Amino acid sequence: MAERIVVDARGSFCPGPLMELIARLKFAAVGEEIEVLSTDKGSAADIPEWLRKVGHELLDTREEAGVWHIALRKSK
Amino acid sequence: MKILIVGGGMGGTILGNNLARRLAPEMRAGKVQLKMLSASDKHMYQPGLLYLALGRMTPDELYRDQVSLLEPGIDFEVDPVVSFELDHNQVKTKSGKTHGYDILVIATGSRPVPEMIPGLAENAETFYTEETALKMFKRLQAFQGGRVVIAVGVPHKCPMAPLEITFMLHDYFKDRGIRDKVELHYTYPVGRVHSLENVAKWAAPEFDRLGITYETLFNMKEVDGANKVVKTEEGSEAKYDLLITIPAHKGMEVIESNKLGAGGFIPTDKTKLTMEGRTNVYVIGDTTNIPISKAGSTVHYQVETLGENLAAIVKLGSPVREHDGKVFCFIECGKDRATYATFNYTVPPDPKPPTRAVHWFKMAYNKLYWTSARGLL
Repeated sequence: MAERIVVDARGSFCPGPLMELIARLKFAAVGEEIEVLSTDKGSAADIPEWLRKVGHELLDTREEAGVWHIALRKSK
Repeated sequence: MKILIVGGGMGGTILGNNLARRLAPEMRAGKVQLKMLSASDKHMYQPGLLYLALGRMTPDELYRDQVSLLEPGIDFEVDPVVSFELDHNQVKTKSGKTHGYDILVIATGSRPVPEMIPGLAENAETFYTEETALKMFKRLQAFQGGRVVIAVGVPHKCPMAPLEITFMLHDYFKDRGIRDKVELHYTYPVGRVHSLENVAKWAAPEFDRLGITYETLFNMKEVDGANKVVKTEEGSEAKYDLLITIPAHKGMEVIESNKLGAGGFIPTDKTKLTMEGRTNVYVIGDTTNIPISKAGSTVHYQVETLGENLAAIVKLGSPVREHDGKVFCFIECGKDRATYATFNYTVPPDPKPPTRAVHWFKMAYNKLYWTSARGLL
C-alpha cells in the first residue's frame, strides 16, 4: 500500500491547513490517503465539513499534544 | 566555494546581492564564486500587475534589466537550468553547459495555471501576466455593468490579491459612475472570506458595508462559458457577466520534470530552508512546499535568514540561525486606503483599520521595490 501523504500545516496561518489540503489534493491520485497536521483547532471542524461537501472520505480525526491529525482518502 | 543561485526573480536577486555584499572580501580573494542562472534578462515587479489591470501603472514601470540590479561580482547568465543532478552537485542548462556547485539555491518561483480548470483560461480575466493584465484592463474599460464574480484557485500567489482586486474594483466602478449597475460577488475556497482569521473578521463587514456579496467554500471545478456559469467542487454554481480569477499556481515545469516535488513545489525544511534530504541544497520563495504565503515578502525575509546563514557557512563553518517565517503583506482596500498584515510561524496577524498613510506607503514601495531587489531595503 502506498505511503500516506503528510501535509504538515502546523503553524500555518496563511494559507492555512484547509487551503494546503486543497492544494495537495490536486496532485494526489484517487484512493491515496492524506494526513493533515494542524495546530489550528478550527481545522478539526473545517476540514471534515469541506470533505463532506466535496465527497472525500474522512478516515480519522484525533488530537495529540496540541496537534490535530486529520486523515482522509481522495475519493474522486 | 561555488554558490549557485538558480532563478533571477525577487528571491534569487535579493539573495545574490545580499551574499555579494557579505562575501565581498572572499569573492575578491577568489575563495568564493557566486553564480546566478536565470530564464530572462528582465526582472519584473510582479505586484505591479494588479495596478496595470486597473490602468494605474504602465508596462514599462514593471521592468528593469536584471544586470542593472545585480552587485558587481555576481556571474550572471541567461541560460535556464533544464536538469538538476543533485547527486553529482551539478546542473545542466538549456545551452548544454554544466555548472557544478558546493551550495545550490533553487528560487525558480511559480506560474499561474488557469488551464487546470476546464473553461477558466478562455472565459475569465486575470492579471498574473503582463498579457492577461492588459487584456483585463481593456475588458474592464468596455464593461458597462452586470454581475462580476471573483473566483480564487488554490494555491495562489499573493494571498491578499483576492481582497485587493475586489476592493479596488469597487472604487474603479464607483469612479466610473457605474457602481450601481455592477454586482460584485466575491468567492473564496475556505470557510471564511480570507485564510487569515483576523483579516477575514475585518474584511467581511467591509464587504457588507460596500454592498459586496460573498460566498465561501467555493472551489472552481469548471467554467461553462456558453452559459456564463462557474461550477464548484462543492456543488454550487455562480452566474457571471464578467469572471475575474486569481488562478491556481504550480511550481515551474523544470521542477516537475526533474521530479523534485509534487506540483513543482519542493519539500523544504521551514526553519533551515534546506531541501528535504539534502544538506547543500536550499529552496526559497514560491518554489518551496512550506505552508506559508506565496508572496514577495515571504522570500524577502527568508533571504535575510539564508544570506546570513550562507555567509556564516563560508566564514564560520555553519549556519547561525533558524528562519521564523516572517511575512509582511500590504492590503490595498480600495484606490486610496490600505492596511497590512504581518505574522510569522507562531504569531498571527492583527490588521489595523485601513488608512491613507499605509496606501501611500504602498505606492512608495512600488518604486522602492528596486532598492529592495538590490538588497538595500
